[in-house]
Amino acid sequence: MDFVLFFITAAVALIGAIAMLVARNAVHSALFLLLNFAAIAVLFLLLQSPFLFAIQFTVYAGAIMVLFLFVVMLLGAERVEDTPDRIPWQRPLAFVLGVALVAVAVAGVLRGVWEEPPGGEAAAAFGDPAQLGALLFTDYLLPFQVTGIILLIAVVGVAVLNQRGRAAPAARRTPTGE
Amino acid sequence: MNWLNLLILIIQAFVITLAVTTAFAYLTLFERRLLARFQNRVGPNRAGPGGFLQPLADAVKLFFKEDVVPAAADRPVYLLAPALAVIPAIIIWAVIPFGCLNLNWDYRACFADPQTSNVWNILQIAEINVGVLYLFAVTGIGVYGITLAGWASNNKYSMLGGIRSSAQLISYELALSCAVLGVVMTYSSLSTAQIVYQQGGLWGIVPQFLGFVLFMVASTAEVVRAPFDLVEAEQELVGGYNTEYGSMKFALFFMTEYIKLIAISAIAVTFFFGGWRFPGLQTLGRGMEDLAGPVVASLVVGLVSLGAFLLKLVAFLFVSVWIRASWPRLRYDRLMTLGWKWLLPLGLINLVYTAVTFVIVPDQRLASFILLALSLITLAVAVGFSSVPQPVDNVTYVKDLRQGSVLPPAPAETEESQPAPTSPRQPVSSQG
Repeated sequence: MDFVLFFITAAVALIGAIAMLVARNAVHSALFLLLNFAAIAVLFLLLQSPFLFAIQFTVYAGAIMVLFLFVVMLLGAERVEDTPDRIPWQRPLAFVLGVALVAVAVAGVLRGVWEEPPGGEAAAAFGDPAQLGALLFTDYLLPFQVTGIILLIAVVGVAVLNQRGRAAPAARRTPTGE
Repeated sequence: MNWLNLLILIIQAFVITLAVTTAFAYLTLFERRLLARFQNRVGPNRAGPGGFLQPLADAVKLFFKEDVVPAAADRPVYLLAPALAVIPAIIIWAVIPFGCLNLNWDYRACFADPQTSNVWNILQIAEINVGVLYLFAVTGIGVYGITLAGWASNNKYSMLGGIRSSAQLISYELALSCAVLGVVMTYSSLSTAQIVYQQGGLWGIVPQFLGFVLFMVASTAEVVRAPFDLVEAEQELVGGYNTEYGSMKFALFFMTEYIKLIAISAIAVTFFFGGWRFPGLQTLGRGMEDLAGPVVASLVVGLVSLGAFLLKLVAFLFVSVWIRASWPRLRYDRLMTLGWKWLLPLGLINLVYTAVTFVIVPDQRLASFILLALSLITLAVAVGFSSVPQPVDNVTYVKDLRQGSVLPPAPAETEESQPAPTSPRQPVSSQG
């Protein structure tokens, strides 16, 4: 049964990814990406990792995609693709980089497919949130703290950039500036 | 997993879906009758005895309404949005334990540590070790239905409702997570069954009183109910995100809102009011086992625990209707101020309290009461601070618009029948 579920989920993930690329409307693209994220979350579940499933949903589907959608809707940028590119060389470059990525991925798969995956069966407590938390606060404490500081800097940066041009109280009193 | 287990799982899922849908139907009646009482009216009492068939009549009416898709709407997304709204509201129920009916016919296993005991609880669909994270994951995707409905309708009022909803849900999700994180830290588990087990003796509201208050406020905002229902403010937005929806599609949005309300109340019961636990349940089980054997004992314990859970749930729903009848809608900027400047800092303070107290005071019971005292003091201080009047700087006075060179003096004022105001007028919006 796992095998059947895996193929269905993988097909959904691929369809979502391809449809995201070809969709002309930015909101449709975002929705297909959401479908892709959901399928990947189910793949995590098939690998006996409910923690990653929940995190994939919370972080990607619940937070990042909602923000994408929010920005697209707020700016009314659904149809921005219709205008010609401002940076003419980016499409050929993207194509070249994409081909390179596919080549690397295929090479990796071809090398790995004949070997057994390392480690064999996962332990029963694999991906247990308590163990993960303990690791984060012992072995990986420094990376964890550094990530926190980076995020804090990002938040401060957003606040500073958002304050620019708002300093003068007179400008704020205009009817449109409210 | 063998086929029998799979079959039982499917039946469970089916039953819970039907149950929450029925609960939604009767919650609407409950709310309408109660609101009527609060407002000194009678309420719907014509269809059936005591208005009991009113939900059925409403459902039939909605079914037979004409189903219209606006010509300018984005058709696939417009059709998808109600489904995206209602699915999370239903699947959130998977990890909530409604009771403990042990199919291994041993009621004692219900009161033992669920990590070690041999319990096959049929009143909880899935017991996973990340139950709380699952709840957040599902509430997180709940925002899509509303947002997409607002966008796909291609209507400015719907759009405003959709954007308001995403801003509001994103803001309050943080406070909600902080409140629940306190519970997770208190019981050091992410599993809902484990959290319920550890509330034997002392319910979660004692150590997490501040968390409970935050949870109640943030969850009311999360299910966009009054006083946080700016998403569908009728005076401003016609109907909000569901303006362009009719027939069953409208009913699905309506259903989503109410099922989410029931779900969030059930989560509050699970985290803060001991879930299905009730004093005397264990004694009842022992007595029934002496009287009629273990099978009857587990059946009775299962049904009584389900009843206790539902009783607590109805109490929460009553409070929710009461709040709706009592409080006016918040203004948008105050909604954001409340979420970001009050609830989130209080949530973080609660996390600090919980962490520090449980480390310093090893005795769980003593620590719980210390936390209760700290919560009450903090809440009193916060309420005191919030009632100090703030300097008003975010409103535009009409007199400023006149005197400053921002706007030319409005000639329309003098042409009106009422005399032009000589005294300074009231602020356009006041920081009451």
